[in-house]
Amino acid sequence: MMEITEGSHAIAKIVARCRPQVVSAYPITPQTHIVEALADYVADCKLDADYITVENEMSALSACIGASAAGSRVYSATTSQGLALMFEACFNAAGMRLPIIMSIANRALGAPLSIWNDQQDSISLRDSGWLQFYAEDNQEATDMHIIAYKVAEDHSVLLPVFVCFDGFILSHTYEPVDMLPQEDVDKYLPKFTPYEKLDAEDPISFGMYATPEYYHEFRYEIDRAAKRAADVYRKAAKDFAGMFGRDYSGLIEEYRMEDAETAIVAMGSICGTIKDAIDEMRDAGKKVGLVRIRVFRPFPDKEIAQALAKTKRVAVLDKNISLGSKGAVALEVKDAMYGKTIPVLYYILGLGGRDVRKRDIAAIVALAEKGEGDMFYGLRKEVL
Amino acid sequence: MGLAVGCRAKPGKARDNRTGSWRVFKPSFDRGKCTKCGMCMTLCPEGCIHQTEEEFVEPDYTYCKGCGICGEECPGEAIAMKQEEK
Amino acid sequence: MVDKSLELFDSGHRACGGCGAALAARLVLKGAGKNTIVVSSTGCMEVFSTPYPETAWKVPWIHSLFENAAAVASGVEASLKKQGRTEKVVIMGGDGATFDIGMICISGAFERGHDFTYICYDNEAYMNTGIQRSGATPYDASTTTSPAGKCSFGNKRPKKDMPQILAAHGAPYVATASVAYPADLMQKVEKAINTKGPCYLQVHAPCCTGWGFEGEQTIAIAKLAIETGLWVNFEMIDGKVAKVKKVVRKPVEEYLKTQKRFRHLFKPKRQDAEIAAIQAIADRNAEKYGIDIKLKKE
Repeated sequence: MMEITEGSHAIAKIVARCRPQVVSAYPITPQTHIVEALADYVADCKLDADYITVENEMSALSACIGASAAGSRVYSATTSQGLALMFEACFNAAGMRLPIIMSIANRALGAPLSIWNDQQDSISLRDSGWLQFYAEDNQEATDMHIIAYKVAEDHSVLLPVFVCFDGFILSHTYEPVDMLPQEDVDKYLPKFTPYEKLDAEDPISFGMYATPEYYHEFRYEIDRAAKRAADVYRKAAKDFAGMFGRDYSGLIEEYRMEDAETAIVAMGSICGTIKDAIDEMRDAGKKVGLVRIRVFRPFPDKEIAQALAKTKRVAVLDKNISLGSKGAVALEVKDAMYGKTIPVLYYILGLGGRDVRKRDIAAIVALAEKGEGDMFYGLRKEVL
Repeated sequence: MGLAVGCRAKPGKARDNRTGSWRVFKPSFDRGKCTKCGMCMTLCPEGCIHQTEEEFVEPDYTYCKGCGICGEECPGEAIAMKQEEK
Repeated sequence: MVDKSLELFDSGHRACGGCGAALAARLVLKGAGKNTIVVSSTGCMEVFSTPYPETAWKVPWIHSLFENAAAVASGVEASLKKQGRTEKVVIMGGDGATFDIGMICISGAFERGHDFTYICYDNEAYMNTGIQRSGATPYDASTTTSPAGKCSFGNKRPKKDMPQILAAHGAPYVATASVAYPADLMQKVEKAINTKGPCYLQVHAPCCTGWGFEGEQTIAIAKLAIETGLWVNFEMIDGKVAKVKKVVRKPVEEYLKTQKRFRHLFKPKRQDAEIAAIQAIADRNAEKYGIDIKLKKE
């Protein structure tokens, strides 16, 4: 049913329809509306879950680890500093192969303190073993949670997932969203069947330590599962498209790439703006296209290389910076394009909530055409 | 065959590690003095002292590390620690 | 009643010979029984009992991190509740995990009132990393980060009073126990797991390697701690002391002399003022908990 609703509330409603049995979260802007809404559902008996009001984010994820290992479907949400506080538990949850779903309302990391959007938080956890999906709008953000459970809980994957959407830009924006009713969600997402669980009838030790004889292989197994997740995702998203009509089955989305000379690569809500800017540039005769990365982990390097193969230049827009190096997305796109002669330029932009408009996209395309890039875009004059 | 998913294991494998090889002093049990009180069984950190059918106690030397708690705590002084010949 | 003859902590674990913590694990599981899920924090016990794939735990067991066992247990308990399952949740953390790094997590979980039993095996320092001081290290104990030296008598602070802190959280059952009194320890574990709400049990578990004594002395030294008043075995129900182990007290130096961590109080020169300060700690414990058995005058 189509509803005009705030992004956070749409996500909360759909998460509740995924029937998590344990929810554990801690308030942090701009994620808070989700967990407030879930608390309301529990208070009104609309969601049959145990809601653990923990004392910080580290404990939020830790409680999810315990509940997941004990055999429950679990949910949490966080952002920015909260995710940073979870850093240790993030690696732990993935290493323990627990299919936890966590919403990330993407936000900048301090210092300086900023409550506004960029993607530094989840990007900084790129090596943790969590799968990472990035939504462009609230419809996609909402649907992706359902798909995320399906992928994470697949016994050939068993890895946790960040469902990422830009803080404020999506979380606090009212948009029409087609909300799948409970029966549809139930039809798509069956009851949680844990691969193994803590159970006195059949005792297992979870979270043992590995000596040098084994550690290497355990990390290999996690990596292999993360890579296997690409096919599992494609199938899960295809099934979703078959049932409900919305197709997210590409790990990337190509927009007007058919004859593009300049390709933009980006993730998240900025892609809506980019698509509008491309339409205008196309009208003016410029051959510009977009490759939107929907699934950042596992990284779709082959798809990206193929999509960019016939372009003349690539402009990667990074809402993050690996300080002292480059934008994290650019680094991976460059790797995907290794051995090709097409220049890949990166532009750091939109950090800490700095607005990115259509004219900025046009300006970046103009810079790329001149071969100018590898820069922080749009800096204030006093630092130049 | 791969490794267990997520570095997990079912019980039983600890027994592959035969800690009896650590032992320097070996407890020897004098049945004449043993009162079958069970103190040695209770206090053994290895849990490797068991009761026989006649209710006497017997350590499993496969795991006994020879710590000597049983000898020290035996109220009847029925357990003597002796350097082991290897 | 739990069947205390069951061995739920397997032989083959890698604890030092005479390890108080290994004995504590065995006795705790005997008291808790097999319908138990154990959550461990990182530490000596976790390491000596679970190198993959050699687990010593015959009950379901989970370890996540150093500081988060109480939160992991919160999640386990919530999940069991939702599934209508009956297993009891028992946390096993060392004193570092309990008194220091896990403190926020424990406070949060106790305040929320989860139905679990938190057991701290207290060996009074970070033993797994090589005997560094923790908030549970006693006054004047020499550790690798509070070494005795020309201008130091070792650890400068007395032990943090965790039982009182958790009683102040409204825990319905808080108790202390010692590996030297195994029947009492097992009974307290059984009582705690059958008390609804967050319960706390702190178990004195001497560490031969960290404290500096021969492994055979573990029980004797744990007994001396109680007989000198430096460790008090008590039970608190709803915040009030309900039961205390009374003793005919011995002077503290009988305990101190047995361990290398206090050797600097006797050699090269006897430090009377420091020994008197430790005696004063024992005297305060005795007064606070009323542990002294008054002998009748002839």
